[in-house]
Amino acid sequence: MKEPKDLTYGPGAPDMRAGVFSNIGDRIFRGVTLVFGAMIMTLVILMVAEMTRNSTLSFRQFGLGFLSHSEWDPVHERFGAWPFIYGTVVSSLLSLILAVPLSLGTAIFLAELARGKLSVAVAFLVELLAAIPSVTYGLWGIFVLAPFLRQYAEPALAAAFGFLPMFRGTPHGIDMLAGGLILAIMVTPIISAVTRDVLMAVPRTQREAALALGATRWEATKVALSYAKSGILGAVILGLGRALGETMAVTMVIGNRPQVSGSLFDPSYTMASVISNEFTEATSDLYRSALIEIGLLLFLVTIVVQSVARLLVWRVGRRLKEAKA
Amino acid sequence: MMSQFRKMDSQVPKVTSVKIETQQFNFYYGGHQALFDINLHIPEKRVTAFIGPSGCGKSTLLRSFNRMNDTIHGTRMAGRIWMDGLDICRPDLDVVSLRRRVGMVFQKSNPFMRSIFDNVAYGLKVNRLTRSRAELAERIEESLRQAALWEEVKDRLHTSALALSGGQQQRLCIARALAIKPEVVLMDEPASALDPMATQKIEELIAKLREQYTIVIVTHNMQQAARVSDYTAFLWIGGLIEFGPTNKIFTRPDQSMTEDYITGRFG
Amino acid sequence: MSAERGVLYRKWLDRMMLGMTTLCALIAIAVLLLILGYIAIRGASVLNWNLLTQLPKPIGETGGGIGNAIAGTLILIGLACLVGLPVGIFSGIYLAEFGHGRFGSTLRFLTDVLTGVPSIVIGIFAYTLLVLPMRRFSALAGGFALGVIMIPVVTRTTEEMMKLVPSTLREAALALGAPEWRAILGVVVRSAGTGIATGVMLAIARIAGETAPLLFTALGSRFWPRAIDEPAPALTLQIFNYATGPYEEWHRLAWAGTFVLVALILIINISVRWLTRNPYRTGH
Repeated sequence: MKEPKDLTYGPGAPDMRAGVFSNIGDRIFRGVTLVFGAMIMTLVILMVAEMTRNSTLSFRQFGLGFLSHSEWDPVHERFGAWPFIYGTVVSSLLSLILAVPLSLGTAIFLAELARGKLSVAVAFLVELLAAIPSVTYGLWGIFVLAPFLRQYAEPALAAAFGFLPMFRGTPHGIDMLAGGLILAIMVTPIISAVTRDVLMAVPRTQREAALALGATRWEATKVALSYAKSGILGAVILGLGRALGETMAVTMVIGNRPQVSGSLFDPSYTMASVISNEFTEATSDLYRSALIEIGLLLFLVTIVVQSVARLLVWRVGRRLKEAKA
Repeated sequence: MMSQFRKMDSQVPKVTSVKIETQQFNFYYGGHQALFDINLHIPEKRVTAFIGPSGCGKSTLLRSFNRMNDTIHGTRMAGRIWMDGLDICRPDLDVVSLRRRVGMVFQKSNPFMRSIFDNVAYGLKVNRLTRSRAELAERIEESLRQAALWEEVKDRLHTSALALSGGQQQRLCIARALAIKPEVVLMDEPASALDPMATQKIEELIAKLREQYTIVIVTHNMQQAARVSDYTAFLWIGGLIEFGPTNKIFTRPDQSMTEDYITGRFG
Repeated sequence: MSAERGVLYRKWLDRMMLGMTTLCALIAIAVLLLILGYIAIRGASVLNWNLLTQLPKPIGETGGGIGNAIAGTLILIGLACLVGLPVGIFSGIYLAEFGHGRFGSTLRFLTDVLTGVPSIVIGIFAYTLLVLPMRRFSALAGGFALGVIMIPVVTRTTEEMMKLVPSTLREAALALGAPEWRAILGVVVRSAGTGIATGVMLAIARIAGETAPLLFTALGSRFWPRAIDEPAPALTLQIFNYATGPYEEWHRLAWAGTFVLVALILIINISVRWLTRNPYRTGH
């Protein structure tokens, strides 16, 4: 095509080509935010690296046997984490046994039954449970919950279900049962809030379809629950993650004795508690290294648990989005 | 008011009886009134279509026939709806047994996240309508055949209902509604989300079902109303403008407003 | 016949199960009230001005206060904000504005991971990173640990709040010839400001109640906080020590300390709720 010769640019036309220094502000800004974002990444990597480095001494000494040995003897420097793993797992599972029905009930009440301002107000109050600090739960546990368990609840349980080994033994009040109960209170707001959100995201046509077929409200709720079940599982696992890593409240009420006992009335010890109690007393390198190895273990387990939970909740959210589209 | 009643009665052929009758029916969403003094007779074992511009209250009226509006917070109704002589608006009504008699198909197909078999079985199971596994399977086959879906799904009854196409899902929802043998089937724009081929299948299905069920269908598609229905009610901002045999409504309506709407002059 | 009885049973089950869910909600609220009630009764009865302003007395003497612990907590929160706010807010901006790619989703995932890391583990991390090389427990290490806990909360709130700002606002600024960074900082971040601020307040409420990450970083002390490279007192550490100690006088101080702490946290939570309330939202 021929260039039109008679067209010329005016003398004052600005040069609008991007130069080396144009948009420099944008590039700097983007760079700055990127650097801060990269800091988070560095922090996580550094966390894994530091804890691995500081636990190698213990890992070299005890190997995988660290997980299965139940001797914890700082004097002779023999360390096995089994009692703490056992205490952590049992207290967390116990808390889920207590908290899951309570949380699901509360979430169903909030999503299916309560309406308008009532639902908002109750949801806020339940979420306030999550705002109360761990150390406050511990204080309350020592001075209110434990005496109650020792004097009333545990003797009653022993009288009624004493034929089961888990309800045998001296009622201490400061024991596995107290730890499980405190944890149950602490994970309830998390499980119920996530479950409520998942339930509220279930399309109302699912419930209406059930109702239109002559289902009762409860039966329609069951349809919604089955629709949301993987999200609810995610909520429970999220609660588990919280229970596994919870430190202060458990430390204050579980009794802190490294033993593996089948009775809920016996004191126990968790991974987080042993770190919080003994870290400053750990005078030798090996002792501290063993504690850090427990911390690393706790870190890895909670990462796996959290990732699974988030994946489940996120998948439900995505599927619901697709269903709505 | 009575004269209006009589006029409508005269339009209903004597051979059919009235299944649902509304009497001065009003409906409110909180402070907003959605339906005004609706008086309407829905004939038994015929297809009745509700037409009108969106927001005219046709879905609200439909959802009043199985009290589905109860699930929406802050709704209120006044007046009467008689079904076989029973007032279904009374507050002490057992809505569960009402809904067992009145099936519903929704605008967007809403199969449960279960197998095809379990979807159709749901209503039978919660209402305990079958005594044996064999009877259950029989009723499910019968319903799927009625919904013209059996041949397409008989080899994969136990696979997920969500894997079906949109049109198949909607026919599954129809089969699910038919399985509990309702007397009335409410359809809320059942084909609005479907392509023309799937829509045609649904319409053929409606034509087949009209012998056995009282069908009430809400549609925004006037050609569809003309094709599938025996009677048509035209609603406009919450009021019933005209009701009569479909061929009369579409050829020589009494009200000029109906004619304007039918001919596309507004709405 | 049996179908009729079936209907009766189903209705009974319906009432019963929905009644049970109501009971669950009531139990949850009752537990909250029980805990708050105890704190109010046990805490308020011992609270007075001296208690809030004085140093703890040596063992055996009555009186004394938690003034140093309150000051220490405020200083630790301040240090945590120095670490947590810039990292949190800028990476939140990064995620909202530039975080569409692979790096963005990795960062988002790691931020979620960081949210779930037990706070005691963060404490170990701060110990290995700061206490070991400096060879001393310090307010700095404690503040750093709390800051790390703040980061994911602030990051995700910033990102979410910025995404709520309508894109027309940004486009309006760009159309007026503003460079992108000024449009983001001056218009988007400013519009999201209230939301980000409430996120920061909630993060502060969360770290104010943290104990575990301070145990072997800030360590705690019986004196007024002096320098950031020395051990520092904190309200939560003091509550923990007093609660697990043997003296009646200490228990009294523990309840008083918890009253102050919980009051602070509840005030933040309730005022954030009040500030962000939406009169048109009714929960459904």
